[in-house]
Amino acid sequence: MKQLSLKPSRSNHIKFPKSPTGFPGLDDITTGGLPKGRPTLLLGNAGCGKTIFAMEFLINGIKLFNEPGVFMSFEEKPDELVTNSNSFGYDLDKLIDENKIYLENLQINRHSTLKSGNYDLEGLFVRLELAINSTKAKRLVLDSLDALFFGLDPQILRSEFKRLLTWLKKKKITAVITAEAGDSFLSRHGLEEYIADCVLVLNNRVTNQISTRRLRVVKYRGSIHGNNEYPFIIDEKGITVFPVDRTVVQHRSSSDRISSGIKDLDLMLDKKGFYFGSSILISGTAGTGKTSVAASFAYSVCKDKKRCIFCAFEESPNQVVRNMRSIGFHLAPLIKSGILTFYYSRPTLQNLELHFIAIKKLINDIRPTVVILDPITNLMTEGPNSDIRSMLTRFVDFLKTQHITVLFTAAITVGSIERNPSDEGISSMVDTWMMVQDIEVEEERTRSLCIMKSRGMPHSHMVREFNISSKGITLSPIIRRIKESVSGAKRRAKENRNLSTSKETNDFKETAR
Amino acid sequence: MSKKDRKNSKVQPVKRVSGKQKYVLKLFVTGNLPNSSRAVININAICRKHLPGRYDLEIIDIYQQPAQAIKEDIIAAPLLIKKFPLPEERLIGDLSDHENVLKELRIV
Repeated sequence: MKQLSLKPSRSNHIKFPKSPTGFPGLDDITTGGLPKGRPTLLLGNAGCGKTIFAMEFLINGIKLFNEPGVFMSFEEKPDELVTNSNSFGYDLDKLIDENKIYLENLQINRHSTLKSGNYDLEGLFVRLELAINSTKAKRLVLDSLDALFFGLDPQILRSEFKRLLTWLKKKKITAVITAEAGDSFLSRHGLEEYIADCVLVLNNRVTNQISTRRLRVVKYRGSIHGNNEYPFIIDEKGITVFPVDRTVVQHRSSSDRISSGIKDLDLMLDKKGFYFGSSILISGTAGTGKTSVAASFAYSVCKDKKRCIFCAFEESPNQVVRNMRSIGFHLAPLIKSGILTFYYSRPTLQNLELHFIAIKKLINDIRPTVVILDPITNLMTEGPNSDIRSMLTRFVDFLKTQHITVLFTAAITVGSIERNPSDEGISSMVDTWMMVQDIEVEEERTRSLCIMKSRGMPHSHMVREFNISSKGITLSPIIRRIKESVSGAKRRAKENRNLSTSKETNDFKETAR
Repeated sequence: MSKKDRKNSKVQPVKRVSGKQKYVLKLFVTGNLPNSSRAVININAICRKHLPGRYDLEIIDIYQQPAQAIKEDIIAAPLLIKKFPLPEERLIGDLSDHENVLKELRIV
């Protein structure tokens, strides 16, 4: 012991001992987990997920790190805890049988009525000791502390609570103590002054009728930690926290290229196409062919035998397949062979995190080369824009670390083509930004495509005419005829021809009948 | 000390005084911590004075018998449980205020 303390504390080799939580994301934020052998205070209002957080912390400890745990509940009975946890897919009964976890319910309200003279919480200590010794526990949960404060004298409780923390530290137990969040203090009873090591706060806010759970590390003595509020979700697999990936800044940038699937567009992009692993935005007003460009990219990727995920937030997969067949992209066989995967979901169905976690899960299963989000503007309808942007940034960061090329489409309204605020936010995080729009050339609406920016490559600045035909997409220079009258006459002639041919076909049909 | 007391309590002859009920009391203590020691002294004094010959007092050290702490759901100690006459009452503290104890346990 003495030798250890004599070692220079500045050395980076001695790491702050931590107990990993096993929650995806949280261990990144806390750089390794909760302080080992010390108590952590977990604060949050009702329904924030404190109990499930605490329970998962124990279960992960058992399953991933072989550290038995004790769950002391002041609220729920063991059988209720078992039922609740089993709904998250844990077989708590088995763990109890294996003596890996110990559940106990402490009924505090029975003591609430009668008091006479001094008392202490030795009863609790005795039970904790018994429980810890019987399982050789390394982790402990007290859920929740507020129940204690209902019946007992606050003054005695404070000193006893302090004693409990010292006792737990001496026993080297990594404890999670939950409590309600308070108004003036962090916790309702000002407990955070006793637990000085680590304080986590959970909350559950509802904005635009969609609720988002968030987690924040308020305090972590002796360790660096992420300061932000991080969204987290609780789904059938438990808790997942979304941090901005720490490694993102250093991610490897590939100089390999990937074809856009449109020959003429590749020509505009330094004759080679997009960078592999870059992010691409196609924005444009309604009906300008954003989805078609996206689909042509997906089609060409799949033809190269590379996997692709197409996330459709607007149209159902069948609709996309039908529509794209009409311009020569046969997607159905690619879906059948598993090379193209559709993720289809209504944006309003669930909150954004759930969308992204679902897509992340798909990505982890499929390991695609390309992910397409069509369109991201639909996601904007649910939740404030800044949230979406940070979420998207995080998502793009995630994809970049995985070296996945991502293409978004964004629908913008007519009037705001040049500078759309939501676009600006997104365009800063994309590497290549293309704009498709309808422009009027010679009194005719013409689809056009131009490249607004493309990082790291010389690209064309021309606005090209953008044609969608049954053979796919082609780009051509915009031809302005010099003499208006000539073009008008030509058009009239053309229109007349069209009319007459349609008449002919109608006549033909009638005679056929 | 607690052991001695427990022995004493067992030895105590159980007499039934007509018209008055016999009291069954259990005192849960934690070794000889100050609060527990005081509680033992106090409950013995109360019983001798107010319930002569009509009480059955058992003193249980939950350090020795931790299972009892779970069975009786003990958090705060010392804890006095009046098992009989009904209703069961639970009283935490060192029982230093004798009048208060009598009132809370409805000892008449």
